[in-house]
Amino acid sequence: MVNVTEDLLSPGHRTCAGCGSILAARYLLKATGKDVIICEPTGCLEVTSSQYPLTAWKVPWIHVVFENAASVAAGVKVALEAQGNDHTEVIAFGGDGGMVDIGFGAVSGALERDDDIMIITYDNEAYSNTGIQRSGATPFGASTTTTPAGLVSIGKKQWKKNLPMIAVAHGSKYVASASIAYPQDFQTKIKKAMTIKGAKYIHIHTPCPTGWGFDSSKTIEVARLAVQTGMWILYEIEDGKFKKTMNPELKPVDEYLKMQKRFKHLKEKEIKIIQDHINVSWKELDNLEKSGVNLRTIL
Amino acid sequence: MTRVFMEGSEVIAKTVVLCKPHVISAYPITPQTHIVEGLAKLVADGKLKSKFMEVESEFSAISSVAGACAAGSRTFTATSSQGLALMHEVLFATAGMRLPLVMVVANRALSAPINIWNDQQDSISERDSGWIQLYVETVQEASDTLIQAYRIAEDNKVLLPIMVCMDGFILTHTMEPVDLPGEREVREFLPGYNPTHAILDPKRPMTIGPFAYPEPYFKLRKELSSAIDSSRKIVSEVNEEFGRKFKRKYGNGLIEEYKNDKDFAILSMGSVVGTIREVVDKRKDVGLVKIRCYRPFPKEDLIKALKDKKMVLIVEKDISLGLGSGSVFSEIRDILYSLKKRPQVVGFVAGLGGVDIRSKDIEKTVEQSKKMNDGEVKWLM
Repeated sequence: MVNVTEDLLSPGHRTCAGCGSILAARYLLKATGKDVIICEPTGCLEVTSSQYPLTAWKVPWIHVVFENAASVAAGVKVALEAQGNDHTEVIAFGGDGGMVDIGFGAVSGALERDDDIMIITYDNEAYSNTGIQRSGATPFGASTTTTPAGLVSIGKKQWKKNLPMIAVAHGSKYVASASIAYPQDFQTKIKKAMTIKGAKYIHIHTPCPTGWGFDSSKTIEVARLAVQTGMWILYEIEDGKFKKTMNPELKPVDEYLKMQKRFKHLKEKEIKIIQDHINVSWKELDNLEKSGVNLRTIL
Repeated sequence: MTRVFMEGSEVIAKTVVLCKPHVISAYPITPQTHIVEGLAKLVADGKLKSKFMEVESEFSAISSVAGACAAGSRTFTATSSQGLALMHEVLFATAGMRLPLVMVVANRALSAPINIWNDQQDSISERDSGWIQLYVETVQEASDTLIQAYRIAEDNKVLLPIMVCMDGFILTHTMEPVDLPGEREVREFLPGYNPTHAILDPKRPMTIGPFAYPEPYFKLRKELSSAIDSSRKIVSEVNEEFGRKFKRKYGNGLIEEYKNDKDFAILSMGSVVGTIREVVDKRKDVGLVKIRCYRPFPKEDLIKALKDKKMVLIVEKDISLGLGSGSVFSEIRDILYSLKKRPQVVGFVAGLGGVDIRSKDIEKTVEQSKKMNDGEVKWLM
């Protein structure tokens, strides 16, 4: 259950109003409790929560550079093991820039070695810290400052890089997606991951009002609509078995897109491409779940 | 103490065992590979209790030891050339974070063209990172300096990372008789690492590696600069104490003067110093000044050692492209500038990409220097 009394992240940090990512951090710490070490790459949360000489973190926290959160976490964990500490949870917790793109090598290395750490991406679908540039996790059709929509451009031309499935391809025992609109689902997954030895990967969708262009009071609504329209699917892959953890009747994706400035330019044609993509993914994932295929053994 | 006859890399691996790091993390690169392979074998045979991480890049090697060190463990890593260049960003960060990492650099040329042989361009290019840099002449010195390095780095008055720079192949791949200290002696000289300044401990939460605005950033960089400046004293003291205990020491820890009572001094660092010693012994008209500690730069010791010379000849295995000389040359000229009566300083860029520097080449530099103008730099080829 959600621990509503203890907050291990202080108020007074400097995230934007309505920041989805800081909520992910709060929910995370409520699930882990105090016996945790957070390894953070450079990014939104790092610059807003650790402004020297202040800090928002009431748990041990380390930042080194942008690309290496997973390697730092792996080193921390191995050091604890060498010191005989087998209880402290070590978590690499970074944005999509730090985990999906520039720190991907370190994430992949830790997953391949099956280091006993949890790796969590808080995904605001752009380099929000530096001014909303495109990342590998930016969705198709989104306008960013480096993929601006224009007279001859629809914004980002590629689909979102699927890091959870890449994590599964490393043979990880536990992989899950999550959303800040469903904190209990997220925290259940965190707690399950904490019981599993080896590398765990969780990818949480964290809407960014500043980057996506919606009112800061609507963060949870946007996050929820992402799940309800199938733009973001909640699932877990435990020991190779895929299972949706939320199975809503899908709403038309247009409801989600129209709330955000980054998709405002999309015409019916592009919206249909996105809707078709969701329909196919949704069905394929259903088939995957029904098939009972063990993704770890077929790899 | 045991007298062994071993390859340099194996000596380093055996010395690491004596220093008892909790965590070793490394990525293979020629000519560092034998060190890492040696350590992996010692761990596999149960002769070394350290955790050994086989990471996917040098970037992760340095990052993982940074994490391990911040979690309170003594660590070891080693790299070379391109690997060190890949670590560049993390080198600056770990110095700023005051993590006392110890790394052996098997000095090797940087690309391009790609080349696996020795020069010192790799570590000299990291001179501004905030890491202490010690350059060694022999395998014996490499082993002894590695033990000293932990003492220096972990000293409460220092708390900075250190690289022990040993020439690739020339020292890593050659056999040399070496006195390896005993386990107990090393334990007496080098107690365990017990940090209080930076430690990831859930019982005492600490934020390490924060973001800083301009004013605090500026202040912290000044503190870092003072810290590495004041580490000179500790580098010297640790060398002295090592000398008392193990009956071997290396100059005053910062520089070594050898028969430096002539008007003419040759200045260099690393294994080529051994070759220069031979020339000095033979010629009787030149002396030797060896830089052991390149960062912090031993300004005062060098001024004292060089101020009364007529000629200072610098032989170095690096080139600051666009400056037309090596870095040591420009720094020596810099520290001598304020003297009223300055020696003539000439430089030779030598041995890049593993070109052998023989004693007759050193003799050639001495002869050529007589015809060179003050401030002139030549390529020894």
